[in-house]
Amino acid sequence: MSVNKPCKGIRRLPFALGALLVLWSGVALADELNMRPGVTTISQSIFELHTIVLWICVVIGIIVFGAMFWSIIHHRKSSGHKPAQFHENTRLEILWTIVPTVILIVMAFPSTKTLVQMYDTSSPDMIVEVRGYQWKWQYKYLDENRNPAFSFFSILSTPIEERHNEVPKGEHYLLEVDEPLRIPVNKKVQFLVTSEDVIHSWWVPDFGLKRDAIPGTMNDIWAIVPTPGVYRGQCTELCGKDHGFMPVVVQAMEQDDFDAWYAERVEAQKERAALESMSFTADELMTQGEAVYTKYCASCHQANGQGVPPVFPALAGSPIATGDRDEHIARVVDGVAGTAMQAFGSQLSKAELAAVVHFERHSWGNNAGDLTQPVDVANVMAGN
Amino acid sequence: MSEVVDSHGHDDHDHGPDKGLARWLFTTNHKDIGTLYLWFSFAMFLIGGVLALGIRAELFEPGRQFFEPEFFNQLTTNHGLIMVFGAIMPAFVGLANWLVPMMIGAPDMALPRMNNLSFWILPFAFGMIISTLFMEGGGPNFGWTFYAPLSTTYAPPSTTYFIFAVHMMGASSIMGSINIIATILNMRAPGMTLMQMPLFVWTWLITAYLLLAVMPVLAGVVTMMLFDIHFGTSFFNAAGGGDPVMFQHIFWFFGHPEVYIMILPAFGVVSQIIPTFARKPLFGYDSMVYAVASIAFLSFIVWAHHMFTVGLPLAGQLFFMYATMLIAIPTGVKVFNWTATMWKGAMTFETPMLFAIAFVILFTIGGFSGLMLAITPADYQYQETYFVVAHFHYVLVPGAAFSIIAAVYYWLPKWCGRMYDERLGKLHFWLSFIAVNVTFFPQHFSGLAGMPRRIPDYAVQFADFNMMSSIGAFAFGLSQVLFLYIVVQAIRAGKPAPARAWEGAHGLEWTLPSPLPYHTFTHPPKVTAAEMHS
Repeated sequence: MSVNKPCKGIRRLPFALGALLVLWSGVALADELNMRPGVTTISQSIFELHTIVLWICVVIGIIVFGAMFWSIIHHRKSSGHKPAQFHENTRLEILWTIVPTVILIVMAFPSTKTLVQMYDTSSPDMIVEVRGYQWKWQYKYLDENRNPAFSFFSILSTPIEERHNEVPKGEHYLLEVDEPLRIPVNKKVQFLVTSEDVIHSWWVPDFGLKRDAIPGTMNDIWAIVPTPGVYRGQCTELCGKDHGFMPVVVQAMEQDDFDAWYAERVEAQKERAALESMSFTADELMTQGEAVYTKYCASCHQANGQGVPPVFPALAGSPIATGDRDEHIARVVDGVAGTAMQAFGSQLSKAELAAVVHFERHSWGNNAGDLTQPVDVANVMAGN
Repeated sequence: MSEVVDSHGHDDHDHGPDKGLARWLFTTNHKDIGTLYLWFSFAMFLIGGVLALGIRAELFEPGRQFFEPEFFNQLTTNHGLIMVFGAIMPAFVGLANWLVPMMIGAPDMALPRMNNLSFWILPFAFGMIISTLFMEGGGPNFGWTFYAPLSTTYAPPSTTYFIFAVHMMGASSIMGSINIIATILNMRAPGMTLMQMPLFVWTWLITAYLLLAVMPVLAGVVTMMLFDIHFGTSFFNAAGGGDPVMFQHIFWFFGHPEVYIMILPAFGVVSQIIPTFARKPLFGYDSMVYAVASIAFLSFIVWAHHMFTVGLPLAGQLFFMYATMLIAIPTGVKVFNWTATMWKGAMTFETPMLFAIAFVILFTIGGFSGLMLAITPADYQYQETYFVVAHFHYVLVPGAAFSIIAAVYYWLPKWCGRMYDERLGKLHFWLSFIAVNVTFFPQHFSGLAGMPRRIPDYAVQFADFNMMSSIGAFAFGLSQVLFLYIVVQAIRAGKPAPARAWEGAHGLEWTLPSPLPYHTFTHPPKVTAAEMHS
């Protein structure tokens, strides 16, 4: 029973594992299988550390697994090998404790050096606040030299039809947003990372930057991006239902282009403010409202207004969306504390709020038969 | 031992098991309870596996396949919870129940009634966890690490049931570990010193202390969640002056030792199996014991390496990086020891040995990626990507789970007195070995390429690796059905196994007759050097 015929299968083990090792050492060579070196000095130091420690592992692996396979092939009972009975060898045991210790100490030096650099957030040229929301990023330029500072949301722009396999997927499927964060090249940009609700994590692989966005905490990180381009990453901390759908996209621009864009963006902000005093027709409100709804509301309340009860209530036929208008406005403006329903008063303009409220009151069978104008929103907000 | 039984008249009225269901409900017999634990954990392994296959089916291709993102999060969460607390941990407790008394020459566990209670809590705890999937609002959807405030302020209503279930599992684990400690410290056969105990017993003694130290911490953190959810406290709510990061510190102070709770008994199993089939004593018994103890100690001072991206101060990052790197040293000692044990042995490769060798190799690969993860700057790129998923699945599946499978093949002939089908066992090994690598090796690449974990859909450049992973996962899942068949077939119709089922096996358990009497070592055995490690 205990003495078995030689197993042919076992002879394949060394080859299977040898192939695995070769594959793994290939990792260090093949770009598409490996970590990207990225564009910043930090991301490149990280890549070097990664490469060194990977090769250390490969070399140790070859020695240890090599010894094991040598033994598996040569020290078999079936080939008539008689078992030695030795055990314990102080010299050997000291050696295989000391050697790894030395390797680790050698490894600790460059790691410490890179880490210290990463923590040097002193004297930034520019500061951007990065604020995570379920499930979008808000970027706020905090720059005393540029008045006024402004902020915007950056939201996944991949259409739902692509996610549902109804149309072919684009090149940047799930890694594209309506408006990327824009930063100038060759400037030390400091990012203050925080969150409005749950923990998110802001990751741009090409910058070697990843930092958790934690409610009540302001984390600071920095990057100097040397080359213009679009850099894509994702949220990397589970933050609820649409965790997989809040990409990070950063566009690095030449300083002149950045300044031009910035001026334009500040101007657009002013124009948006002018809309606050206007009145709209029902059709205009519906069109604008649907756009806002799709972008900000549909991920929870769903495109058909049915929600995902009980966590995300239905709007179709809901007492609020068919009842008193001012209460409806107040609900959207203030949100519901302690739930995923955010306070959109600080996220959307009054024109957008009016449109989305009107849209919700006149869709999916709801028919309140009223109009909601920006001034109504302003009244409710003032009443608060 | 059969001679001993025959020569003592009072053993004639030694009772056997009760009949029917009562045997299993009311049993205080360590063998019966061990069997219950093992079957329970296998059932959980299959349920957790089905959830994993749901995940892999959804990730087979980019785009939505079967499930909404909300349900996908419930799949990942419950897969993790069930595998960690329902499959791996109870399986090791089952092995401890079966083996510890037989290895130290004790008639049973020290606290047999508590033993019954520790087991019978578990089906209720997991019944409750699984029932949450059918509740309004769905089950836990915040990951098995249940970070606040996603698991408090933003959690589904079923979270309260989850908290209660965690308390029940914790109570079960604490009672189980008290029992194991009491048994090992008090009931060893006369003459068996601590440094003569089989390594499986040693690793479980240390594991039991880890459990005692950290399960109350887990209970504390879920109680704080309960208070935040229902009683208006703000432990983890920043708006009320609390700190979500504090949750992570407390959770990982439990969580990191927990990782070793799932691997130390595996070290013990492999340290029993390799010497048997190498027909050569373990190379360094003493250094193995010290290595396990060092790993257990280090497990308490490395927790924040799970939190390198939360923004700890620089000094904290450096401390946790250095401390984490230190773990490589005792872990290396263990791997070198197993290799040296095989060196110049006379090896045969029956199924338990195949799984044990695969354990050493694949666990070591998981250890390598662990070393890479310890390098804090590099961790910024690995953290929360599939690289981490690959890392911990390498240490838990071909690590912990392979060691449990190896243990079942190795001791099954002793437990039921019958031999499994060696040819099918080898087939099971090769299928599992290939499938596990096809499943998890590509995940290193998708992680390095930038794929975050816990996402229900992904960018198109990750498609190939995900498809490979999914194919491997289904192959691995199906291979475990073969395992079930092999075990059932052995129990029902296997060829009778001799008392010492393996030529090179040492240890008191092999001195007992096969099939095993219901009660063993009613009189303490003689501890001889030949049966102990040296």
